[in-house]
Amino acid sequence: MVATLVKLRLLVLRNSFRRSTSQLVAVIIGALYGSIGLLVVLGGLLALSLAAAQVATTVVVLGGSAAVLGWAVFPLLLSGVEQTLDAAHLAVYPIPLRPLMLGMLLSGAVGVAGAATTIAGIGTALPWLRSPGVALIAVVTGVLGAATCIVVSRAVTSVASGLASGRRFREASGLLILIPLILAGPIVIGITRGLRSSADALPGVAAGLGWSPLGAAWAVPGAVAVGDVTGAALRLLIALATFALLWMVWRWGLARSLVTPARASSRVRAPGKSGLFGVLPGTPAGAIAARCLTYWFRDPRYLRQLLVVPLLPAVMWFYSSLNHSTGYLFAAGPVVAFALGIGMIADVSFDSTAFALHVSKAVPGRADRWGRASALLIFAVPAVVLIGVGAAAVRDDWLPAPGLLGLSFGILLSGVAVCSVTSARFVFPVPEPGDNPFRSRPGANISLLGPTFAAWGVIALLCLPEIVLLVVSLVTREAVWGWLGLAVGVVLGAVFLVLGVRLGGRVLDGRAPELLLQLRKDG
Amino acid sequence: MTGDDGLAIRVRGLHKRFGEKYAVNGIDLDVPSGSFYGLVGPNGAGKTTTLSMATGLLRPDAGEVHIHGVDMWRQPLVAKAMVGVLSEGVRLFDRLTGQQLVEYAGLLSGMDRPTAQQRTHDLLQLLDLESAGGTLVVDYSAGMTKKIALATAMVHAPRVLVLDEPFESVDPVSAANIRDILRSYVDGGGTVVVSSHVMDLVERMCDHVAVISAGRVLVAGSVDEVRAGSTLEDRFVELVGGRRVGEGPEWLRHS
Repeated sequence: MVATLVKLRLLVLRNSFRRSTSQLVAVIIGALYGSIGLLVVLGGLLALSLAAAQVATTVVVLGGSAAVLGWAVFPLLLSGVEQTLDAAHLAVYPIPLRPLMLGMLLSGAVGVAGAATTIAGIGTALPWLRSPGVALIAVVTGVLGAATCIVVSRAVTSVASGLASGRRFREASGLLILIPLILAGPIVIGITRGLRSSADALPGVAAGLGWSPLGAAWAVPGAVAVGDVTGAALRLLIALATFALLWMVWRWGLARSLVTPARASSRVRAPGKSGLFGVLPGTPAGAIAARCLTYWFRDPRYLRQLLVVPLLPAVMWFYSSLNHSTGYLFAAGPVVAFALGIGMIADVSFDSTAFALHVSKAVPGRADRWGRASALLIFAVPAVVLIGVGAAAVRDDWLPAPGLLGLSFGILLSGVAVCSVTSARFVFPVPEPGDNPFRSRPGANISLLGPTFAAWGVIALLCLPEIVLLVVSLVTREAVWGWLGLAVGVVLGAVFLVLGVRLGGRVLDGRAPELLLQLRKDG
Repeated sequence: MTGDDGLAIRVRGLHKRFGEKYAVNGIDLDVPSGSFYGLVGPNGAGKTTTLSMATGLLRPDAGEVHIHGVDMWRQPLVAKAMVGVLSEGVRLFDRLTGQQLVEYAGLLSGMDRPTAQQRTHDLLQLLDLESAGGTLVVDYSAGMTKKIALATAMVHAPRVLVLDEPFESVDPVSAANIRDILRSYVDGGGTVVVSSHVMDLVERMCDHVAVISAGRVLVAGSVDEVRAGSTLEDRFVELVGGRRVGEGPEWLRHS
């Protein structure tokens, strides 16, 4: 039974390669990155064999504890990462709990992340190469540590599955993970600064972690190496107890989730309200704008893109204050404009097959394009203005403001224009409606690259006049060039937008059924 | 334009190939105006593909489709305005509430807002969805989703309703209600085409039927003609084949 489950996992992995070559390429590239990372880790571990025993212990314990912590936290945020052996899918088969858990544990180890963790875990033997006995112990504790990683993730998911089955929780958690990711730069800088000032404290921290459930397994070889046999035995005991406890928690959660299938939660809105549909014009384009706007604020896949608006200026502000120069702040406007403008590139792909409604109602392509474009512009234009003016106010330097605003408008409008054409022509593999917005389909990022870069190039080309005028205004420090840039940005951007919408509308009119077929294949 | 020849849907020589496989291999269909037409066939027979092409959702490799004399693929705007579609296996804009979705469908077909709102209200009432009008469609049950999709198909008062598997996962009471609605729609001069696996249902509900298998029409006509004295189910099995006689393997028998 255990072998069957592991085989099932491998089979699903293999079949996912077969589905398309671009997926295969993406997985290969992903594996390449993974192996390089793994090689770096293994190389580092090997290098530790030249260092003192205490240094090696400190590094291994800190790294190992971080790994366990990561495995505990990530599944919560990335729900739906590994669904092959999802308990809910297997609930219909009469599989005894023990083989089921063993199968899930082992299949966790054959996934990319699981395999990397396991290999790195075994690799913790490398620092102890000079004393083979300790190295042997490290192999065992390394496997134990890796198994703890997988079990902790399983335990956390199974306990949280009742909670995570609610749509709202799932969607909220998918968004929450983005905030630390976007703020990764500031966080990393903060941590490294903290570490630099407290490097002396690290051995102490590691020593403490070595006695905690997180790091006990990783601390055993180090204790043996310095001859502390009792300490090693006690730590091993803690590690085994941790594993056993997690195993029991997992077992409890799994048993519970097998008999209580996931249920959906829902909230009822007061009937009789049309929301935005009652506000925007009652035309096809107006209805599409209302629908898109509703989605921008209700669908996590859109919200994810929206998060950029407040977070990006925050990041820029952080870097500015770091360097005691507010130059970064001025980039915020154009960058947010770019992120929002390009955000529409996969708009129809986000619809998935729901787009069939537009096809069956024979919506004119131009109305479709206008609706989508205006939904974005309704909030994007005020956001860009606000950020541009806000940045100038914080810096208290108004000279570059008009030129920057012109550039922002140019980027935003021509971005929307370009996307109006591309989204009528290309279907991108995007997370499906209701999926975790963070869950990229294997291969999605790679196959998006070509058209995305092309779109970026076109946008840059279309914004050339604004860029030139901005540079001139900055060099000459004469306000008139900036104001000219603003005018050009608005007018030229509007012209491009009209052209893009018309062209995109014509493409859509001609190819809507083909687009729908592509969406069906993809969905 | 060939003019209205008393046919709601006229399909000639429809072909569609996906890769090496012919999903639809030369289908002709005449759906008389005002008929309740059933399309039956085994899984993978090409029902969904045929209906998609007839409603302008999928471009045929060859063949013609006329809706009340209007060529679907030459004048799609005119033709589509006369057709209401319930597609199988497509998503809905499920982040909208049920009410918003129907209103959206109405506005998309070009009606003004008061009309769209009035019709949405009527349709939700007709389909027993009034209380769920304010719930997001993503939180609907399968049967409710089917009903709201039906409402989006009917909102622009089409002359022809093309419904792909309208009764799948709908509870018996709702199914009976939907049947009544469709029946009165036909009595009012509309035409309904449904595809289904359930022979019994088609036999009771429809007045015309076509049996499709492997991308071809095996037989078509009025229900009485097609079943030829037998039941529709027996006739279907006889035509399509694939029925196995026997009791199954030894180990499946417990008595």
